[in-house]
Amino acid sequence: MIVLEVVVFLLVAAGGTAVVLTRDPLNQAIVASFYGLILGIMFLVFQAPDVALSQITVGAVALPLMIVLALAKVRALAGGRKEDGE
Amino acid sequence: MTPSLRRRVFLAAAVVAGGLLLWGLTGLPDYGVYQGPYGDVLNAVAVGERKATNVVAAVTFDYRGVDTMGEEYILFAAVVGVAIVLRAQRGETEQPPDEDAADRRAPGTSNAVRVLGLALLGPVVLFGIYVVAHGHLSPGGGFQGGVLLATGALLVYLSGEYVTLRRVRPVALIDLAESSGAAGYVAIGLLGLAAGGTFLENVLPLGQPGALLSAGTMPLINLAVGLEVAAGFVLLISEFLEQTLVVRRPGEVT
Repeated sequence: MIVLEVVVFLLVAAGGTAVVLTRDPLNQAIVASFYGLILGIMFLVFQAPDVALSQITVGAVALPLMIVLALAKVRALAGGRKEDGE
Repeated sequence: MTPSLRRRVFLAAAVVAGGLLLWGLTGLPDYGVYQGPYGDVLNAVAVGERKATNVVAAVTFDYRGVDTMGEEYILFAAVVGVAIVLRAQRGETEQPPDEDAADRRAPGTSNAVRVLGLALLGPVVLFGIYVVAHGHLSPGGGFQGGVLLATGALLVYLSGEYVTLRRVRPVALIDLAESSGAAGYVAIGLLGLAAGGTFLENVLPLGQPGALLSAGTMPLINLAVGLEVAAGFVLLISEFLEQTLVVRRPGEVT
């Protein structure tokens, strides 16, 4: 069991670092989604299934979705503005 | 601020913050040691007292039900805030987004995505209902199940067209579901007052532990929360999609 906990801790550390090191916002949203999933697995390993479910629904689904939709809107706006300027 | 100065400020701050963090970590209780009486007490009495096999749900929806009510209203306020900020303003007209490259035809949704999305829709909605209904028995509850239910709306969008989502999403009904979910929590709380007890007191028959209809008001509260969260997330997703897919331009004010 200790081995599993250590592995999960290392995964969480690697995931968090990956989110920080990803520079492109769109890629970052996808990486953050994976990170949310890893956090959910960590909560499950530490026997908090209730929190794990909340973490997966919010961290792996809702948050990345909002970021991606907001990015799409920002890009559409930026594209429109470039056209107007030309 | 020059880059080198910025780096020096960061290093100094990092050393101080790191030192404080290490100092704090040394004062933490040992790994796996639980201090404090409440968890042990609740583990011992919750199933006997409230007939809920999920002690976490007994805490969040009964012993500390007022806390969860606040949580539900945080989400409610957030959704209302998004809806107000993103509302159509006077003089704005709706139009489809400009085609960036009109001569290039964008690939439509692939059949694989369509079939998978539609095949998943039923199971996802069923699983969402299951998670909401079994909140007092097993991990899950209104919040988690509600988000799952809202994912169903997203699947409709992914496997079809945005127009389809607009058709299967009666806004007035969703608005009603969201507000009645939020109001339902308070109404269940007032039930306790009406029965001569305190706000959110568990006054309904408790039944047998493990039965679907047990634990008194807990399944009802879960249902109210599930309704509120599912409707809230559907509204949130559609507001964002509306922003992205339907362009609103300030039109000529006549």
